[in-house]
Amino acid sequence: MSTASPASGSTPDSVRQLQDIADRIVAQAKPGEQIEAYVSRARETDIRIYEGEIEHFVSAQSEGVGVRIIRNGRTGTSYAGTLDVSALEEVLAEARENAELGSVDEWAGLAEPDGVPVVPQQLWNEQLEHFPTEEKIAIAKRLEKIALAADKRVRVEDASYSDVFAEEAFATTTGVRSGGRENGCYASVGTLADDGDETQTGFGFSVGKWPGEFDLDKAGREAAERATRLLGAVKPPSKRTTVVLDPYVTAQFLSIIGSTLNGESVIKGRSLFKDRLNETVASSMVTLIDDPTDSRAYTATDLDGEGLAARRNVLIEQGQLKKFVHSSYSARRAGTKSTGNATRGGLGGSPGVGCLALQLVPGTASQQQLIADIDDGVLIQMVQGLHSGVNSISGDFSTGASGLLIRNGATAEPVREFTIASTLQRMLQDIVAIGGDIDWLPMRASGVSLVIRDVTMSGA
Amino acid sequence: MVDLTSEFDSDTLARVLDAGRSMGADFSEVFIEDKRSVSAGLDDGKVEQVTSGRNRGAGIRVVAGDTTGFAHTADLSERGLIEAAQAAAAAARSGGGGTKKVALSSPRRHPVNVVRVLPGSVPKSDKVALLMRADDAARGVHGSIVQVSAGYADSVRRILVANSDGVLASDEQVRSLFRVSVVADGDLGMQTGYESMGHTIGYEVFEHNDVGDLAVAAARQAVTKLRARPAPSGAMPVVIKCGSGGVLFHEACGHGLEADLVAKGASVYRNRVGELVASPLVTLVDDGTMTAEWGAIGIDDEGHDSQRNVLIQDGILTDYMWDYLRARNDNRSQSGNGRRQSYADLPMVRMTNTFVMNGDSDPDDIVKNTDRGVYVAKLGGGSVDTATGDFVFGMTEAYLIENGEITEPIREGNLIGNGPQVLADIDMLGNDFAMGNPGTCGKDGQGVPVGDGQPTLRVKSLTVGGTAA
Repeated sequence: MSTASPASGSTPDSVRQLQDIADRIVAQAKPGEQIEAYVSRARETDIRIYEGEIEHFVSAQSEGVGVRIIRNGRTGTSYAGTLDVSALEEVLAEARENAELGSVDEWAGLAEPDGVPVVPQQLWNEQLEHFPTEEKIAIAKRLEKIALAADKRVRVEDASYSDVFAEEAFATTTGVRSGGRENGCYASVGTLADDGDETQTGFGFSVGKWPGEFDLDKAGREAAERATRLLGAVKPPSKRTTVVLDPYVTAQFLSIIGSTLNGESVIKGRSLFKDRLNETVASSMVTLIDDPTDSRAYTATDLDGEGLAARRNVLIEQGQLKKFVHSSYSARRAGTKSTGNATRGGLGGSPGVGCLALQLVPGTASQQQLIADIDDGVLIQMVQGLHSGVNSISGDFSTGASGLLIRNGATAEPVREFTIASTLQRMLQDIVAIGGDIDWLPMRASGVSLVIRDVTMSGA
Repeated sequence: MVDLTSEFDSDTLARVLDAGRSMGADFSEVFIEDKRSVSAGLDDGKVEQVTSGRNRGAGIRVVAGDTTGFAHTADLSERGLIEAAQAAAAAARSGGGGTKKVALSSPRRHPVNVVRVLPGSVPKSDKVALLMRADDAARGVHGSIVQVSAGYADSVRRILVANSDGVLASDEQVRSLFRVSVVADGDLGMQTGYESMGHTIGYEVFEHNDVGDLAVAAARQAVTKLRARPAPSGAMPVVIKCGSGGVLFHEACGHGLEADLVAKGASVYRNRVGELVASPLVTLVDDGTMTAEWGAIGIDDEGHDSQRNVLIQDGILTDYMWDYLRARNDNRSQSGNGRRQSYADLPMVRMTNTFVMNGDSDPDDIVKNTDRGVYVAKLGGGSVDTATGDFVFGMTEAYLIENGEITEPIREGNLIGNGPQVLADIDMLGNDFAMGNPGTCGKDGQGVPVGDGQPTLRVKSLTVGGTAA
C-alpha cells in the first residue's frame, strides 16, 4: 500500500488518529528494543451487476495493526485485525514473546530516516469520497450494457464497480514517522462470446482516481473484442518463432524480471543475476526503470513499505545491469543503501523487497508497425499460468497463451491452447524491438508492445 | 477451546438476523469467525521471524430476491453486529418491512477431524526447532545445496453460522502446515525443489511425519534437476505419478463443476449432467469429510454439514457442487461446498478434497506401455478458464519416458490442455491412489485450503510446453 504524506499539520484527523496509535505502541519500547508499528484502516465497496440487477453489494470496513520487535538481533512480529485497546496490548506482548525465539541476525534492524526527500503524490481524491452510491451502481450497469451492445455474440458474466479508501501510519523507535491516505476506483466486466458450441472469454477494465476518469466505452469494447477475437481459434503447430507481446502481457513479463532483481534474493544467492552487476544482461535497447515517483504509474507512491521515500531507480541501462532493489535490511547486508523498495504484504511479518512501479523506456513504433516487420510470428494477447510455468530462480519460462498468428507483416487467424517457452536470460537478450505504445496498467509494471525472437511455441 | 456457540447466545443472534431482514429481505445470515495463527519462517540458515496473529469478526449476508447485501465488522458486540446487519440490509435494499421472527435450532456440530494436540499447547520453541531440523536435513543431502527456506504454520479457526432458516452450527478447524524450498547450484545454473505437508489436525501430525524427510525430498528434487535437460515441446503421452497430479482434475473439471459458474453459462460442463464427459475409467469425488485432509471441514461456511459428493461416475457427469444461493435457485439441497476465505468475504461454491478413485492398472505397466512421453513426478500450480475448458499446470519434477522407461530429468514448464478433451484422453488409470500436497485454491480473490489426489494415470496426448524439439 502507498501513502500520501508524512503525518503533519495538513494530515486529516483520521490519519492522525492512526499515527497516535502507532506512536503509543512505539513509546512502550523497553531499553534495547527496536519497535515498528504499522496501523491501517480501509473502507471498500464492491458492486456486482448481472443481467441489469445488483447481484451483490459489499460494504467492507477493516482495520488492523502489525508490530515488529527486534531485540539482541532477534525479530518477532504479531498482528491483529482490530484496533481495540486490549488487542493492541496483546499484539505487543506476542511480538515480544516471538522475538525471544528467532535466530540472532547481526543485520536485523529497522529503517532509519535517510534524508531522501519525499516526492509528493496526489493519492487522495475528494470527488471519489463524495461520489454517490446510486451512480456507482449506474456505472456497473452501463458497463454491462456497453459490452453487450458491442457484439451480438457477447454475454456478460458480471460487471463490477469497486473502490477502496485506505489510511495508514508508521512509527519506529529509529525515528521513522509517516502516514497518509489513498483512494481509487475500478470498473470491470467479464464477457463470454458464443458461436455454436464454442465459447470464449474476455474482460475489460478501467481505473481512475475517481469515476470521472473512467473510459467505460473502451473497457466494454475491449471486453467484447477479447472474447470474440478468439472464436474459431485453433491450436497452432509447434515451432520456434518470433512473438509480439501485447502491453498487457509485457507488464506481466516485466514483473517477473523485476523479481529477479530483488536485492534480498541476490544476498541469499537465489537471483539469476546475482554475479552480473555491470554486465550486459539484455539487448542494448532495454532500459528498465523502477519509478514509483512517476505519477502516471498506477502504483505511484511517495513512501515504501518501511516509510522511507519512494524513489526512481534505473535497474538496467541499455542492456547493462546497473542496480538491484533493496530494503533497509537487504541494503545493510549488501553494504549499500536502501533504494526505497521495502514492500508490505499485509499486517503480519517483516517487510519484503520488490519493485514498485516498473517501466521499460519505450520506442516509437506502434504495434501495427512492429508487426509489419515480421514475416512469420505470433501476437500474444493473453497468457495463462505464469505462476506455475515460470521459475524465476532457474530462469525457465513457459506459459499458456492465446493470440493471433502473424503472416507477411499482418495479423492472421486466432490461435489458443499453446505455450510459449524460453528462459528469462535468453528472452532479455532476444528482445528485438520495443513499441511506443506505453500503457499505464493497474499493476506494478506498465506495458508496451515487445518483440522477442526465437521463442518456442508448443501446440499440436 | 470454547465453542463459539457458548459465546453468542441464540437470542442475540436471532435479533441480529431479524435486523438483517428489517428491510424486507427473505434471508439473513451471520457468520462469526475467530482465527488465531502462528507461523515461523527460516531462510538462509536463520529463523528470521516468528509471527502470531488474530482475526476475529463477523460477516452479515442479506438476500432479497436476486440481490445479496454484505457487510462485515470486527466489533462483535450486539450493537456492532446489528449495525453490520442494518448495513447489509440497506445494501440489499428491498422494499417493505419484514416482520418474521427467526427461531434458531439448537446448536449443531459435525466434527470430522479429531485433534489430539492443539497447536497452542505446544511451546513455540518446539515449532522453531522443526525449522532448524529441516534446514540441517536439506543441507546434508548434497554439496550443491546453496539455500534452504522452510516455513511452519498453524491455525485454529472457530466459526459459527446462524441464518434465518433457523440453522445454528459451529466448527473448529485446526490446521498444521510445513513447507521446505531448496535451491541447488550447478554448472547449468540453479534449480529448485519444493515439498509441503498439511493436515487439518493439530501438532500430532509432526509425530507421524518427519520434517527432515520432507526436507531431504525437496533437496533431492533440486539436485536431480541440476542435470535436467530442456523439456520437450509439443503433444505427447504424459504419465502422472500418484498423489502428484490431483491439480489436473481440480483445473480440468473441478472448477467447471461449481454451480455458480455453471449457472452463468461460464462452464464447458453446463447442461451435461447424465452425459459422458470423461473416460469411463474416471470417477471423480469431492469429499469434505476426509478426516485430517487439508480440505476437510466439519461444516461449510454456510453452516451445512460437509459431505461426500460423487461428481463423475465411470465417466458420466452426475452432479455439480452447490452453495446456499445456487441450491436455492435450483430448488435442491446444498452439497457442503459453500466456503469463504474469512468473515470479510462472501461465500461461494468451492471444492474441498477433490480426487479420482483407483483404476485397475499396475503403475509400472503404465510406464512400460508408453514408448515416448513425459513422466511427471510432481506438479506445481495451475489455472483454468472454465468457460473454454483450457487449462495449464506446471510440472516441477518430471522425466522423459523412452522405450517404456523413465530416463532423464527435464526442466520445468507448463502443460496445456482442454478439460473435456484431457478427461476423455485418460487411457490408463493405476491402482495406487494417494492424496497430494496441501493446496490453496484461489477464486475471485479468495483463497481456501483444498486437497487433491489420484492414482498414477496416463493422458494419451497433452501439450508439453518446453523448448526442446
